[in-house]
Amino acid sequence: MTDEPTWAIGLAAALRRAGVTVSTGQVIACQRALATLTAADRQDRYWAGRTCLVSDPDDLVVFDRVFAAIEGAAADTVPEEGDGQDGGIDTASDAGPPPAPDPTYGDDEVALAGAVASERERLRHRRFDAVDERERKEIERMLDRLHVAVPRRRSRRTRPGRRGELDLPRTLERALHTDGELLDRAWRTPRTRPRRLVVLLDVSGSMAGHARAMLRFALAARRTADRELARRVEVFAFGTRLSRLSEALAVRDPDAAIAAAAEAVVDWDGGTRIGASIDELVRTWAPRGVLRGAVVVICSDGLERGDPAQLAASMARLRRHAHRILWVSPLAGDERYVPTQRGMAVALPYVDVLLPGDTLEGLERLADALARSS
Amino acid sequence: MSERPADPAAMARALEERAYLADRGLATALHLALRLGRPLLLEGDAGVGKTEAARSLAAALDAELVRLQCHEGLDRSQALYAWDHPRQLLHLRALEASGDRPADHEAELYDERFLLERPLLRALRRGGQAVLLVDEIDRADDEFEAFLLELLSDFQITIPELGTVTAPSRPVVVLTSNRTRELSDALKRRCLYHWIDHPDVDRETAIVRARAPEVPGDVAARVAELVARLRTLGLYKPPGVAESIDWATVLSDAGELDAQQLVDTLGVVVKDHDDLVAVRNAVDDLLAS
Repeated sequence: MTDEPTWAIGLAAALRRAGVTVSTGQVIACQRALATLTAADRQDRYWAGRTCLVSDPDDLVVFDRVFAAIEGAAADTVPEEGDGQDGGIDTASDAGPPPAPDPTYGDDEVALAGAVASERERLRHRRFDAVDERERKEIERMLDRLHVAVPRRRSRRTRPGRRGELDLPRTLERALHTDGELLDRAWRTPRTRPRRLVVLLDVSGSMAGHARAMLRFALAARRTADRELARRVEVFAFGTRLSRLSEALAVRDPDAAIAAAAEAVVDWDGGTRIGASIDELVRTWAPRGVLRGAVVVICSDGLERGDPAQLAASMARLRRHAHRILWVSPLAGDERYVPTQRGMAVALPYVDVLLPGDTLEGLERLADALARSS
Repeated sequence: MSERPADPAAMARALEERAYLADRGLATALHLALRLGRPLLLEGDAGVGKTEAARSLAAALDAELVRLQCHEGLDRSQALYAWDHPRQLLHLRALEASGDRPADHEAELYDERFLLERPLLRALRRGGQAVLLVDEIDRADDEFEAFLLELLSDFQITIPELGTVTAPSRPVVVLTSNRTRELSDALKRRCLYHWIDHPDVDRETAIVRARAPEVPGDVAARVAELVARLRTLGLYKPPGVAESIDWATVLSDAGELDAQQLVDTLGVVVKDHDDLVAVRNAVDDLLAS
């Protein structure tokens, strides 16, 4: 068991089988590490393997399991972890979601029936939850071309400018050409950077159609010509819990990413716990600076299943981190809409802008509101 | 430099002499960073002692701690080197006053004496005499991370006006990250990795005693036990080891340990209004022994 080269290779192979990425360089490091330690000592083997072969805390549980399996013996240093499989796969697909908005409200097609609107114009006013597959594809294509901009803030870096502070390096360079005489002075002014855009998507049953469109909106922001903004778009999905989509979106097709997220964060009853999800967002991501000075867009119908007091408290906290909070609710498009006391009403005091955003035109207005929210 | 610890146990002892109590995992990781000459990436919650580990390692090795605090927009002129432009200008004016043509002396302007050494260059020049701490690498931009990766593989840089600087020997490199963003795979693979957990009650008691020797043993133990409970309450800002030490120090000054005193001084460990409210609501459970 303590023939070091084969031991490290065997451990690495087992880790790879368990889904952990291990490079050859890391295996070599592990072999060299064992040579400097007491390879016969189980603790030394454990820490050498863990330090050299694992580079992500999420992989530590896997490592412990693989190590225990390789070592065969009783696991004294290794916590026995349950896999957390609690069978929560069944999502909102067939379980009763909260009541959908009354279908009679969404009668845009009636209003437009007499007009000879172009296909594009017609689609601009179609509610996302009332489109068929073909229309959805077309709307998504139009969304992909949407220009999304976010307000900018001052950065610590500077760029050459006409006024501001004296730019000594460039002034010096110019002085060299004029025999050291400071005739031509150069100046520098602060650069600006786009603020971070944080998009929170309610992916519970009744919101599925809107969440998909809103996700396209976030992706449009990522695709803008502004590369700095592109890197600063964060997307989270929530239902009863919160899940970060940003990374999944880099490798997956958006529809698959959102379906996977919905599976992970929506419980069988399809209820939405907005307060708990925002609380999780603030707890996990505020300390990492993701929310500081950001423009936050929450897309949800505001039908809170959890405790409204928690929603108010978590919104207050979010408010203190974020620069602006925009709330997109498909219900807000209806003139007769009154925020419910159990949800939206308690969140509203912390929201800068409330928009329907339930049609392409609505999302265009959201893009305008974003650009103006400085 | 003093002799390098030969094994993890010796490393732990060397750190303990500097009042830093490392568990076996951390001692092994630091030992390996030294022996394999690889950078060590430390991650863990705020306040578990990531930065302090590097500081104590430097002290134990009798090496200079060179610290680079990362932030958004960190660039080479802040991390590596910069030219002292005001002094260059003065020099230029002096040349001019003495009747020389400054353009003939351009090379002089880029002399060693006008070079401002920033942390990375300093660590490079000190080589094995330095412990380079790259603090909160996740706050720097991707571009900087790529540059750092390059530096960590070659341990040399080129200053166009001066030439190439190569480290005489490899400095010990410790990186810390708070995981605000995922680091590149390339950087992670170059590094050894260790996740620092909050210490258990016994170790935290020992840490408080080591860092604040004036604190009586029973106060240290009580504080460690209470802080461990506070960490289970799901606070926004769970207290770190530094808070335990502060709290223990404050309480040992006060003399008698009673419930009222603990409640009055809660602000030393719980530094967030909402958290304070949550703790005050749970205070009876918290103080029950």
